[in-house]
Amino acid sequence: MINTMECAVDAQSLISISLRKIHNSRTQRGGIKLHKNLLVSYVLRNARQVYMNEKYAEIYRMQQYEEVMTVCNEIQELNPLDLAEDCEEQSGDCCGNDGVSEPASLCCALLPVSHLTAVQSAHIQAPSACSAPLSLQSDEVCKETEPSFYRSCCAEAYPVSNCDFSPVNNNLHCNKTTVLDLDTHVVTTVENGYLHQDCCASFQQCCQGAQSPAKKRKVDFEYYISDIEEVPDFTPCKRAKFEDCSYANSEHLDTSNISNLISIFGSGFSGLVSRQADFEQAMNGQFCSKQALASLGAWTRAIVAF
Amino acid sequence: MAGAGGGGNDVQWCFSQVKGAIDDDVAEADIISTVEFNHSGELLATGDKGGRVVIFQQELESKNQPQCRGEYNVYSTFQSHEPEFDYLKSLEIEEKINKIRWLPQKNAAQFLLSTNDKTIKLWKISERDKRPEGYNLKEEDGRYRDPTTVTTLRVPVFQPMDLMVEASPRRVFSNAHTYHINSISVNSDCETYLSADDLRINLWNLEITDRSFNIVDIKPANMEELTEVITAAEFHPNQCNTFVYSSSKGTIRLCDMRASALCDQHSKLFEEPEDPSNRSFFSEIISSISDVKFSHSGRYMMTRDYLSVKIWDLNMESRPVETYQVHEYLRSKLCSLYENDCIFDKFECCWNGNDSVVMTGSYNNFFRMFDRGYRQDVTLEASRESSKPRSVLKPRKVCTGGKRKKDEISVDSLDFNKKILHTAWHPQDNIIAVATTNNLYIFQDKL
Repeated sequence: MINTMECAVDAQSLISISLRKIHNSRTQRGGIKLHKNLLVSYVLRNARQVYMNEKYAEIYRMQQYEEVMTVCNEIQELNPLDLAEDCEEQSGDCCGNDGVSEPASLCCALLPVSHLTAVQSAHIQAPSACSAPLSLQSDEVCKETEPSFYRSCCAEAYPVSNCDFSPVNNNLHCNKTTVLDLDTHVVTTVENGYLHQDCCASFQQCCQGAQSPAKKRKVDFEYYISDIEEVPDFTPCKRAKFEDCSYANSEHLDTSNISNLISIFGSGFSGLVSRQADFEQAMNGQFCSKQALASLGAWTRAIVAF
Repeated sequence: MAGAGGGGNDVQWCFSQVKGAIDDDVAEADIISTVEFNHSGELLATGDKGGRVVIFQQELESKNQPQCRGEYNVYSTFQSHEPEFDYLKSLEIEEKINKIRWLPQKNAAQFLLSTNDKTIKLWKISERDKRPEGYNLKEEDGRYRDPTTVTTLRVPVFQPMDLMVEASPRRVFSNAHTYHINSISVNSDCETYLSADDLRINLWNLEITDRSFNIVDIKPANMEELTEVITAAEFHPNQCNTFVYSSSKGTIRLCDMRASALCDQHSKLFEEPEDPSNRSFFSEIISSISDVKFSHSGRYMMTRDYLSVKIWDLNMESRPVETYQVHEYLRSKLCSLYENDCIFDKFECCWNGNDSVVMTGSYNNFFRMFDRGYRQDVTLEASRESSKPRSVLKPRKVCTGGKRKKDEISVDSLDFNKKILHTAWHPQDNIIAVATTNNLYIFQDKL
């Protein structure tokens, strides 16, 4: 964990200072110094790491809050009475960390759901075909996600009533709630506090979107830098824009100049990134889970089956 | 008064000489880039950014003052390297002398290797103190005489002349390095030497210029996977098959050339695990090793990274046997040092003749000595203010916080433009050469 306390300059400033140094090295006498630029790229990587951590934390907090607000409002319009009593007891727990005290209602069914107890449901068997091709990719990205969140965000088709693979809560009563999202056609089962997406058509896009930057990073340092530029423009995958998971959309960003700066010394230094691959995979997985969580907001016209 | 450290607890260092311009305006070409004593200590060579080499020679001890060691005076000055242009890559090649290494003396002449970023040259420095006179066919000024005017014959004889020191390039070793050369090291066999750049180490024969063997290559197949570079390399002082090279990741690899032709596989890897509590944005930079030097005995080696000096026992790879903090107070200033590029400064280090004391430079024209035996250290300053002949240097102290005592200097007052990167210690005596930006200071212990 990088100790940022001693640094008077924040991560973003360090990033711009480092890029400036790389740019200046082009005009230095004697040619570009490989050693110095390598060291600068390490600082760049470290600063980016810290910056991304902060950004993710911030985005996640914002997402949670917004989701709570959005979904609670909408669900209240739909079923203001039916679920209120079920969820009241979880209201304190599940409505985010920001102390948002919205009426729990259905937000509890949707959010980080470790506290969910809820209701028996008839499980809707999801067609497995759509999940199969996705599972491998998603697996790679999401395998290190927090168990309480997203145990098998990349689940392959599993037996309807099988709760066995719920690794933590084996002894708990197997409770399920199934929701079909009419917008995205995502069927989600909430089971023992674990959230599964059975049919992940849009999920694939999400995962790919989240994953591809990681892959990109491994390939080319240029994208590595482009991610830094991306982050300020990042928009969480809100419900209406779920298909436009903007994480992958970097074309509109002006990274060509910066990419050129990096490419001048002819190396990508993405080896630096690959050393962080595990960490970033975890982050991406987590991010992926956040993406999917963000998709919960797409339940504008969700159907909840009990 | 408490001992000033450096070779025993009663050694006191005195100013002896300073070479170079007094101006505060430093011409870039005059910036000293390397300092090296020869094997006897009689000669002291410096290289500068302008590609020049200046050699000082120690005068013989005068009979009048037998207690005083001889002074160093200019012996020879020559232009070793010129700026070049690589037309293929559109790159200018700096003439700055990165390293000078003396060859052991075999005859009357002296030989040294000097290198810039791309080319190594072998220079012969020889003396001429006689010249032939009395030719039959030539006048004294060299013009040929008309043969018809020659009426007698005489045998030319050598007549004494004013001493002339000539430097001539005997070998030029070029076109072997794609990246910037950072080190050269002469083998104890006196026949071969190595040159190291960021990614490769080459082995040369001193007689052969058109060919060199690559013995280490850490260039990855895909440059995008580059994670470390070579920062320094040196041959073992006694074992002609052994050399070490340090990396930007803080590791040192010892290689044995008998094991294989390519020494990509190290025989030993010296690495100290990083302290996770010290992790910062700049951890990689400050762990990069800037210099590695074997002890004269060959049993130990010393490495310099940005904040510390470490002594390693060649028999133990897991951690150094001694660690000395050079300027730990800079750890909280790394951000600023990164912004002003000081964090990239490459400090060198050196051993004294009997490996009991090590020395390295710092900022504000301070340099530090660490006595390994007495566990003492001292900070001294190279400045014109304390440069009265034979005046004893007063130990300096940096105040790291709290109340600043008299004569202490606070961290914020340090001048980071005044840095001592290059130091050298006489192989036998307590004489040290310390290079500030453009001046060379010579200090001796008080006799």
